[in-house]
Amino acid sequence: MIKEVEILVIGGGPAGLCAARSASKLGAHVMVCERDYVPGGQLVKQTHKFFGSEKQYAGDRGIQIGKMLIDEIAADPNIEILTEATVLGIYEDGVVTVLYQNQHLKIHPKKIIITTGAAEKFLSFPGNDLPGIYGAGAVQTLMNVAGVKPAERVVMVGAGNIGLIVSYQLMQAGVEVAGVIEAAPKIGGYLVHASKIRRAGVPIRTSYTVKEAFGTDCLEGVVICRLDEKWQMIPGTEETIPCDTLCLAVGLTPLAELCWQAGCQMAFIRELSGHVPILDENLETTVSGIYAAGDVAGIEEASAAMVEGRLAGCSAAASLGYSPQEAKIMLQAAREELNELRSGPTGSKIRAGLQKMSEKKGVKTAC
Amino acid sequence: MLIQDGIPTSEDLSKVLPPQNRLETGPVAMAECFQKIPCNPCAKACPKKAIHVEPDINQTPQIDFDQCIGCGICISRCPGLAIFVVDLTYGEDTALVLLPYEFLPLPVKGQSVLCLDRSGREVGRYPVVKVTPGGNKNLTYVISVAVPKSLAMEVRNIRVGGDNNE
Repeated sequence: MIKEVEILVIGGGPAGLCAARSASKLGAHVMVCERDYVPGGQLVKQTHKFFGSEKQYAGDRGIQIGKMLIDEIAADPNIEILTEATVLGIYEDGVVTVLYQNQHLKIHPKKIIITTGAAEKFLSFPGNDLPGIYGAGAVQTLMNVAGVKPAERVVMVGAGNIGLIVSYQLMQAGVEVAGVIEAAPKIGGYLVHASKIRRAGVPIRTSYTVKEAFGTDCLEGVVICRLDEKWQMIPGTEETIPCDTLCLAVGLTPLAELCWQAGCQMAFIRELSGHVPILDENLETTVSGIYAAGDVAGIEEASAAMVEGRLAGCSAAASLGYSPQEAKIMLQAAREELNELRSGPTGSKIRAGLQKMSEKKGVKTAC
Repeated sequence: MLIQDGIPTSEDLSKVLPPQNRLETGPVAMAECFQKIPCNPCAKACPKKAIHVEPDINQTPQIDFDQCIGCGICISRCPGLAIFVVDLTYGEDTALVLLPYEFLPLPVKGQSVLCLDRSGREVGRYPVVKVTPGGNKNLTYVISVAVPKSLAMEVRNIRVGGDNNE
């Protein structure tokens, strides 16, 4: 049996939940497929306060924003949310197949919004398969979702926002952070996050990388090494740091497999951190009726992902004919918010990426 | 340098420091926020409308030190935990530093705690005068610690107990 759905949102993170809510507000019926046990995506482990303005719930913690969105959706009769629901494929006839709690579902949506987020990058070095070497996301899940102390002494690789924030959260959980190392010559994350861990005694060392990790049965320490201006290791600058955990926070890449598979025209845009679907101003891909929002469309902050989700949800609902006047106002507001979030120096990378995207001529095809 | 190690330099600080004559009249806030990031809860939180993030949310906060009464509400509202209040009029030789704190265990009033500077270096043990919760939702505490006047512009964190990272 094929289930008919108006709008299918794939991924129940910040972008997906906001997409579902905005589409529902305009009157559309929405189904959300989330592959995890709980909706919320990365919000469920973000114990720090968010930046932005009050329109993106600035000052509230990610966990609080996640709970608020999940509660709103639970009370919304227009939205059905499936958890442990992994979307397997989007077919030429518009049917979407889903593995839902060990059942195989077939869904035929009128519109699809892909909000599948991102995956963590990894790093190559000798010993990188030793137990005790984690992605920062896994450490955060263990600590903030499962309530498990993930380590005694950690070395963090990466001084972007994730590396800095997870270091802070590790310290809050009572874990010693031996240091944060960063291959780039400067800190990539917000400097207030860096100052926060620095004044708690954690050294941040830029132009350093991991040379190797060692240990008999599990990680016992790492050798770090200084990099020159060409990012080459400088012999003789090696230092050994004993630790039981090495945490990698070396960037994210869009999780865009479903966009590829659905036949969306893709582009590699470095500033958006990988291959992304080419989108128009309504966040519609080149496949008519398929939208994308959040990290899958380019790595950015969760506050921007929420606004993009709202924009895509509005676009999809409006294209079904729901509340055109109200949709127009909501779309306008979302675009203004995105422009505001991206207008400063920290938005320059995303602006460059979006500029490159706008120069690619997307050719629309039917779903 | 701030962009390399997270420690603001004296040049960075000179841009956000309240003038000496204002510092000598009573408690006043300083925002150690040096990077243009999209963020403005401090401006929204100030009951005296003394904090300006204008014309758009990517500007760094500008505090009108004459309007600021040093109430400290902004300290727990700042998502970056970058705002501090300094009161040089607290005692003859002592100043009060109000700083944000999000670690357990919390210090208690009267407890002597290790005070740290912006690089995490221990600069001495000084008494906690007040522990103010930011509220059930906010969850950031504001700790008031009485330090020698000479350390009022140095102390920016505390460590409860003695262990590193505690």
